[in-house]
Amino acid sequence: QKMVSGEVQDEEGGTLPGVNVTIKGTTEGTITDSKGQYSIQVPGNDAVLVFSFVGYMKEEIPVGDRTKIDVALFPDIESLSEIVVIGYGVTKKEDATGSVQAIDSRDFNVGAITAPQDLLTGKVAGVQITSNSGAPGEGSTIRIRGGSSLSASNDPLIVVDGVPLAGGGISGSRNPLNAINPNDIETFTILKDASATAIYGSRASNGVILITTKKSEVGSELKVNYNGKLNVFSSNKRVDVLGADEFRSLIEERHPTHVDMLGNASTDWQDEIYQNAMGTEHNVSIAGAYKMLPFRASVGYSNNDGILKTDNNERFSGSLNLNPSFLDDHLKININAKASVTNNTFADRGAIGAAIQHDPTQPVNWDTTFTGIPILGETDWGGYYARLQSNGQPVQLATANPVALLEQRDDKSTVNNFIGNAKIDYKFHFLPELRANLNLGYDYSKGEGDVYVPQNAAFAYNAGHGGGTDNTYTQIKKNELLDFYLNYVKEISAIDSKIDAMAGYSYQYFLDDSYGVNSNVANDSAETTYPDNPKELVLLSFYGRLNYTLANKYLLTFTLRNDQTSRFSPDTRSGMFPSIALGWKIHEESFLSNVDALSQLKLRLGWGVTGQQDIGPDWYVYMPRYTYSLPGASYLFGNSYYQTIRPSGYDENIKWEETTTYNAAIDYGFLNDRITGSVDVYLRKTKDLLNYIPVPAGSNLTNYINTNVGDLENKGVEFSINAKPISTPDMVWDVGLNVTYNENKITKLTLSDDPDYLGVPTGGISGGVGSNIQIHSVGQPFSSFFVYEQIYDDNGDPIPGAFVDQNGDGQITESDKVHKENPAPDVSFGINSGFSYKNWYFSFSGRANFGNYVYYNAESVNGTYQRLYRPEGPYLSNVTTGVYDSEFENAYYMSDYYLRNASFFRMDNISLSYKFNNIANQGINLTVTGTVNNAFVITKYDGIDPEISGGIDNNFYPRPTAYVLGVNVNF
Amino acid sequence: SAVFDDPGAYKAFLAKMYAGLAVSGQQGPAGMPDISGIDEGFSQYLRAYWEHQVLTTEEAIIGWDDQTIKDFHRQEWGSSDNFIAAMYYRIYYQISLANEFLRSTTEDKLNERGESDQTKAEVAQYRNEARFLRALSYWHALDLFGGGVPFVTEDDPIGSFMPSPINKQNLFEFIESELLAIEDDITAVGTNEYGRADQGAVWTLLAKLYLNAEVYINQGKYTECVTYAKKVIDEGPYTLEDNYEHLFLADNDHLQEVIFSINFDGIETRTYGGTTFIISAALGGDIPPEEFGLGGGWAGTRTTKALVNKFDANDGRALFYDESYGQSLEINDESDYQQGYAVGKFKNVTSTGAPGSDVTYPDTDFPMFRLADVYLMYAEAVLRGGNGGTVGQAVTYINQLRQRAYGDASGDINSGDLTLDFILDERARELYWECHRRTDLIRYDRLTGGDYVWPWKGDIKEGTATDSKYNLFPLPAADVNANTNLEQNPNY
Repeated sequence: QKMVSGEVQDEEGGTLPGVNVTIKGTTEGTITDSKGQYSIQVPGNDAVLVFSFVGYMKEEIPVGDRTKIDVALFPDIESLSEIVVIGYGVTKKEDATGSVQAIDSRDFNVGAITAPQDLLTGKVAGVQITSNSGAPGEGSTIRIRGGSSLSASNDPLIVVDGVPLAGGGISGSRNPLNAINPNDIETFTILKDASATAIYGSRASNGVILITTKKSEVGSELKVNYNGKLNVFSSNKRVDVLGADEFRSLIEERHPTHVDMLGNASTDWQDEIYQNAMGTEHNVSIAGAYKMLPFRASVGYSNNDGILKTDNNERFSGSLNLNPSFLDDHLKININAKASVTNNTFADRGAIGAAIQHDPTQPVNWDTTFTGIPILGETDWGGYYARLQSNGQPVQLATANPVALLEQRDDKSTVNNFIGNAKIDYKFHFLPELRANLNLGYDYSKGEGDVYVPQNAAFAYNAGHGGGTDNTYTQIKKNELLDFYLNYVKEISAIDSKIDAMAGYSYQYFLDDSYGVNSNVANDSAETTYPDNPKELVLLSFYGRLNYTLANKYLLTFTLRNDQTSRFSPDTRSGMFPSIALGWKIHEESFLSNVDALSQLKLRLGWGVTGQQDIGPDWYVYMPRYTYSLPGASYLFGNSYYQTIRPSGYDENIKWEETTTYNAAIDYGFLNDRITGSVDVYLRKTKDLLNYIPVPAGSNLTNYINTNVGDLENKGVEFSINAKPISTPDMVWDVGLNVTYNENKITKLTLSDDPDYLGVPTGGISGGVGSNIQIHSVGQPFSSFFVYEQIYDDNGDPIPGAFVDQNGDGQITESDKVHKENPAPDVSFGINSGFSYKNWYFSFSGRANFGNYVYYNAESVNGTYQRLYRPEGPYLSNVTTGVYDSEFENAYYMSDYYLRNASFFRMDNISLSYKFNNIANQGINLTVTGTVNNAFVITKYDGIDPEISGGIDNNFYPRPTAYVLGVNVNF
Repeated sequence: SAVFDDPGAYKAFLAKMYAGLAVSGQQGPAGMPDISGIDEGFSQYLRAYWEHQVLTTEEAIIGWDDQTIKDFHRQEWGSSDNFIAAMYYRIYYQISLANEFLRSTTEDKLNERGESDQTKAEVAQYRNEARFLRALSYWHALDLFGGGVPFVTEDDPIGSFMPSPINKQNLFEFIESELLAIEDDITAVGTNEYGRADQGAVWTLLAKLYLNAEVYINQGKYTECVTYAKKVIDEGPYTLEDNYEHLFLADNDHLQEVIFSINFDGIETRTYGGTTFIISAALGGDIPPEEFGLGGGWAGTRTTKALVNKFDANDGRALFYDESYGQSLEINDESDYQQGYAVGKFKNVTSTGAPGSDVTYPDTDFPMFRLADVYLMYAEAVLRGGNGGTVGQAVTYINQLRQRAYGDASGDINSGDLTLDFILDERARELYWECHRRTDLIRYDRLTGGDYVWPWKGDIKEGTATDSKYNLFPLPAADVNANTNLEQNPNY
């Protein structure tokens, strides 16, 4: 026996504290102290020391006759991602038993990215991220494994540095995640199956996304980073509508008595509302360590215009991370603060539809040479053309001048966000296997805005009350968190086992308060005040997890969470959410030890129950309560108007929605992990759906309430593969592919099983007020399209009004509608690849969806001859060129003619960069990158974009193609 | 509940029960709907009632593509029809509100809250009115959906249960007994505040119930109808308005002819249903919007020649917009607003020609019950054998209506002219677009079948026979599904 000591350094010569130093083949070991020093008793010269540290490659060094061994560890780029953050802790990727996937900053999407979720698009099997429009800073719809709820939210829970965020957005914000600068994000971890998510209990049914922000470490050198981008957004897609001459001749032909309504101009209204837009982005971060205080601070600024004129998104952000350690690393403190101020100018998106419909023979601005004779009042409408009545007042229902909609509406908001938390982690001195972790979090956001439209705006004119719009609104949301857990980790070598147990308590309080005034410019009696009426919600939880590892081969995870929400009555508010998972590291078995090609093979089996409680804005659904009427809903008795009170409907028995998930998976790695990936199959069954459905008439105080009725299921397969076909010092080629198949079906919808009951209509469309194109029906995927089957003539042209009489009763009625397709893709692919050669780096990423259908609403509304002359008003309306294909006189909204296969492949990013190293020997690295976002889309769909969340294409804000020049400098 | 700490809450609740007939929720014109599953504007009580009672007849046709709205005129609706569901759930919304009011204002509860005697006396009146409003909605349920509808009263709880259906006889008797029970306690005829029901409204509803008793329970109650019509005429302060047109204009509140009205206001009581719908939907094409006191119309509803042809040239009640405004009498395309005469009966201008207080939301109140209807009910009940009245008196009443219509006695009839067919046509002339027509045609067995057809009845231009099942609307499939105690109406 002898003592060996030494120092462990990192690749740059700094000392590395906290490194595990063990004697190979035993469980004996020590860790390096704060100066990177260690000393250990070894059995003899034959001993081999193993130095391991998270994120660094393991070193094995035979002791030999030495007593002092200094070691340098080098970062292990691969293994960095092998430690993954999970709920209330971390785990090694190879020990994870659930479907957990981490994407770190090296794998993020690049280019003009202002929203955090855009970093992830297409990267993870089973995760669909669909941006809601092409507006700058826009939010997205995120679906993990298809969504498990109907009326309740299908959004995943998002946890930032351990703070679960409140769902939903805030007034005046385009995106609830705007609080976070994408440049500050280190990793996303996606928890997909219940064994991973159940620790988040009642909010986990739709998956969990954990966001970890960048931090610094003890001993880090001071690093300063600047990155800047110049973005150019180009708009090139247009809806095909008639030109002015074509329109004029069609009116002359079909409406000779209304030719006098035509103008003499020739205006392409879509060209008038869209522009090529610019944007810039600047981020500076500084990271390092002052003695035992590692820190990282960043500031960011971005400013992007939309391709819809007047649209703008500007964000200032700042973040600070401090993670000092005390008491020989027994006490670690981690402080995170992120703040942002976002200024939005919202363009009126009504201009998109108006530009399609507006009479192209009219000018943007009044011009007597176009209109011939001056019309009374023409100078009164801000100089913008408007269709007027004979008395000089605007025709109320006529299509608004799209340019006036943009330029006369001033719609601005400011949103302040703050997310802060302090984590205190204490490893007990008397029992180092036990640590206590306290996390205090605070999430605050405030959105304020006002909308002003002047009185001379024709589209907001009101003869009785002067018109215009003067609205102001404010919303404040708060979320306070107290989280405490104890974690005990013990290796029991006697039985070759490891135990990792955790138990905790969480308290979270939410507040939501909004108020505002809607008024016209004159602020007269048409004013509506929304009073300050704060809502509160409390969630109390107990949770625990046990990980048991036997012989480093057999893994067991058990979790249990108890959630109580103030949203439900005391009798139903408590819910239990268990999960259990088994893992088997097959490659560790001796029978595979000589299969060299196989570097990793793991089987995972998981089962668990998660819940859902987020049924939207009503936080008091179980309680009887009264609502006062707002202005405009009073009633006259005698000569006085009385404000009314309304008793609201409620379900005192409302409770959790529960989703049971079964997951089976294999993780594999070949050729020393040059090929890795996994295959997951899952079945998710939701019961007691929180469903907004009709209740028996007369039994409650309204006809629809939120209650627990219905079941649905999702099943699917996810496959991913990452390969490194080339890996030489000069040349590296990576390629990743993921494939997702998901199938969704409603299995129960109501208490009874009446076969005649069609289901709950959904998917409102424009044209034919209140019409729905989708339905939730038993036996069908949710939001299935519900349509008449169009009959075609011998030439393949649709016969107007001819539909398949499914029940053969000689009439076309509601009972002849059929379920057909749905908006969700059957299969989706994500592909990404990077190729580096010396200082060059080329990468691309793209996505494909197959079997997703879109209802082409813009066409069904505007593609009929009947649109040309509108008797309401009256006014003239442009039509799409699709009318020449259908030759429809009248509208047939419910025809499956408008249901289109919208399968597509989209090239999300193409990027090329060059890195200049060590400029002027000053240690400065500069990377210049050129990126094209949304480079191209391959699809048969003839609308503006095939990728429409919800599947109804109606006046979609086109996604621009972005050309981005970026520089990244490291000092 | 803490809300009743304010004694004004009782009247606010009362106002809600009435407002339930006028607006669609707690925010005007829309925003906090009372019922869901349908466009909020469509869900308004009067709009739905108008669509059921008027669109299904020769009185109106609609051109819009809104869901299944054209099925009303075509008489080919089904149990999944969203508009029918709106009417049904509106009816039960009103019933549930009344039940909740009655539950919340029992003597025990008032005592518990220590209410003053004055408050108690007022609440007692409100309770009578709640029972009237409930009876009114149950009558609509009986008339539109028949007797197989769910039955709930203040004795039922709130929550998840499936109410049992009643039957025609029992529902008829319930409505009758409720009205008879409050008849003597409710505010005396003609003395309540404008907008609130009193004895006059109770008697009129009883008269309407009895007039149609043969349809509802196969039992004529014409004598009872005469009795209550006479009470209204003889004991009430009601008199015919001099000018027919003034009954339907923006300043039509506080008129002596009106027994019970649903009240609207361009500022205070706004909706996309009610008279906003009735007036806006009728306006379009080349008709100048200012003639209707609006900033623009919705260009949906017109009438058919079957109604137009019932008027002779001198009848001042024929308030139509014809060819001179670009409208045609014939309708070849249901969707073309300019086919079919437009109806300018309801308008948002005052009797002096000034526009209402707002150009989008009319001030015009809807006269649900008015004296002219009672005169015609009296005449019909007498002719159908009811005792207690005379044909001579009936002729007198009808000639009062006709003299107002013609401006002189040139349109007068004599007792030989007074036939049941004449009364049916006279009801069309006097009361068109006032939500009576479907019930009237059923009483004459002319709504369905082939004895009487009009353009686009049965979905063909000339009109054709339709199935008699359309005399009743189906119970909404959603409720048959939610409540397994219910049985769908025959042949739906």
